[in-house]
Amino acid sequence: MADTAQVVEHTARTLRDHLPVLQVLVPFVTAPLIVLLGSRRLAWPLAFIASAVALVISFIMLMEVREGGMLTYTMGGWAPPLGIEYRVDAANAFVLLLISLIGTVVLPFAYASFRDEIKSRDHTLMYACWMLCFTGLLGMVATGDAFNVFVFLEISSLSTYVLVAMGADRDRRALTAAYDYLIMGTIGATFFVIGLGMLYMATGTLNMADMADRIADQGMNRTVRSGFAFIMVGMGLKVAMFPLHLWLPKAYTFAPSAVTVFLSATATKAALYVMMRFTFSVYNPDFAFATNTLEIIFIPLAVIAMFSASFVAVFQTNFKRMLAYSSIAQVGYMLLGVALLTDTGLTAAILHMFNHGLTKGLLFMGVGAYVLRANGSFYTQIAGLGRKMPITTGAVVIGGLSLIGVPGTAGFISKWILVEAALERAPEHAMFLAIAVAIVLSSLLAVVYVWRAFEVLYLSEPDPNSTATEAPLMMLIPMWILAGGCIWFGFSTELLHDTAVQAANGLLQGSQGMLVIPDQGGAH
Amino acid sequence: MIYHHLILRVVTKVLVGTIVLFALYVQFHGDFSPGGGFQAGVIMAVAFIIYGIVFGLRNVKRVFPEWLVHKLLALGVLIYAGTGIYSMFMGYDFLDYDALSPAYPTIGQHWGLLIIEFGVGVTVTGVMVAIYYAFAGRPPSISNEDW
Repeated sequence: MADTAQVVEHTARTLRDHLPVLQVLVPFVTAPLIVLLGSRRLAWPLAFIASAVALVISFIMLMEVREGGMLTYTMGGWAPPLGIEYRVDAANAFVLLLISLIGTVVLPFAYASFRDEIKSRDHTLMYACWMLCFTGLLGMVATGDAFNVFVFLEISSLSTYVLVAMGADRDRRALTAAYDYLIMGTIGATFFVIGLGMLYMATGTLNMADMADRIADQGMNRTVRSGFAFIMVGMGLKVAMFPLHLWLPKAYTFAPSAVTVFLSATATKAALYVMMRFTFSVYNPDFAFATNTLEIIFIPLAVIAMFSASFVAVFQTNFKRMLAYSSIAQVGYMLLGVALLTDTGLTAAILHMFNHGLTKGLLFMGVGAYVLRANGSFYTQIAGLGRKMPITTGAVVIGGLSLIGVPGTAGFISKWILVEAALERAPEHAMFLAIAVAIVLSSLLAVVYVWRAFEVLYLSEPDPNSTATEAPLMMLIPMWILAGGCIWFGFSTELLHDTAVQAANGLLQGSQGMLVIPDQGGAH
Repeated sequence: MIYHHLILRVVTKVLVGTIVLFALYVQFHGDFSPGGGFQAGVIMAVAFIIYGIVFGLRNVKRVFPEWLVHKLLALGVLIYAGTGIYSMFMGYDFLDYDALSPAYPTIGQHWGLLIIEFGVGVTVTGVMVAIYYAFAGRPPSISNEDW
């Protein structure tokens, strides 16, 4: 028996079928490759090529799913729900595009910035860590398996701690910042995995779509509810949701400039995506406990975040720290969009995720350029640099305007839709009208803190001893690409908005009955 | 040369070889009996760690230099991922071991497991030894400027 060949029907997979896994695999393989080659000269080109490939893949996938539908991939040919499934629909394709776009655009900037800020013997391992972080973020978003999310979350978090700690070459406080983040991040991940454990206990499955079905079948019980609470708190830590945000300002302030750019634009966004995925696809949108939690807990927290973090940002004396606080406020807008529980609200949240990624990435790159040329980002150090570094500061101004939400920039579009979403629900309850007003008022606070930075940059007298000159081209090009993006997406809203609407629809539909067992390849 | 702890040194020398052998047994017998790449890797690392503890960090680093540790822990991951990439080139899903022997999928699965577990073993050995080196090689006190 054993020596007769079994005839197994098998249709060969094409490159197109492999896209969901290649998205994660390409950067993942690059990381050990960089370590194995151990060459300082090859590390950056390899990392850049891998990021660019990831960008192309995510763009192709987004184009395929933006009209609806999804791509699934079974790991090792094991069919879900037993096997690990990768599942890409409009919502995660959009986030994948954001992450790989930022990853690719920031790398040239990182090359110039690392050379200045990090000891050259650490560069190789630094890029390896960077690629691992990139892999982790992409994996968290691409996978359709709940436990896989945790694994990738840990991959990205652990490498993030290292990346943040590398700021110690400039300022030793990076070590305590990284340590704080490590403790908080680990608590977050622990909560998340406890929540998963409860869900696994209640449903006996780890596939998200399968979980959704089984939760719907068994209805409400305490295990499922507490699972939800644990997952929300765990992810809330990672997102830097208002009372759980304390790690963020320190980590962003003391990390190397390029790392801050990358993290601010991607890490919290990936965690927010996971939060949305669990709220809407695992628990479904008519799961009253989840939706009540969102309305009663998340909306007030989001509004407090919008005001308190913006208020704190106004009084900062360090440009980088100011932007870090502003990030907490912006996360508030995104959470608010999610918690409004309408199509429009979710669209606003998803869109703001992307636009804020571009905007904050751009602004932190500006900080990086100032750190390179003026050796710091305190307002006293960057005073008058608008005159000495006009091209850099020009991009920073565009970023600042987009952060405020001035019409004609990307930031305006998402805030506008967010206000619209709040007003849509105003007939139900006067509270929503107040929320719409709150969005506008907190944007006024953004005007204050951004104006303060502009004033320092343009209207203060520059330090007469300062030798600052224009930033190198390796920094200017990525900055102006993002600045161009901020303006382009402020006018041409079609691609982003339509995709975000599609993504929001997909999420709000829930994923009940969406478990697809492929009829080929799973023949074990 | 250290002349005390004679018994420890003799026993360690006898044991190290056995530990390595046992690690290889756990590694390659892992698909039939309890064990596998992770356990084998830890056991393998123990051989080096015990050698380091008894004979000193400098001696063990002569046997297993730090650069080699770094290369190995990257290599293991690449062996694992490489198996998956091979199956992709053969037209199967990532890590579908059927690709290793399309005519006899069961045998393919068997080979696939052996190879990826070997990758795991290599990486775990590397990581464990790297952690030991990092702790053992730490300078005894932290200078004032470091804070």
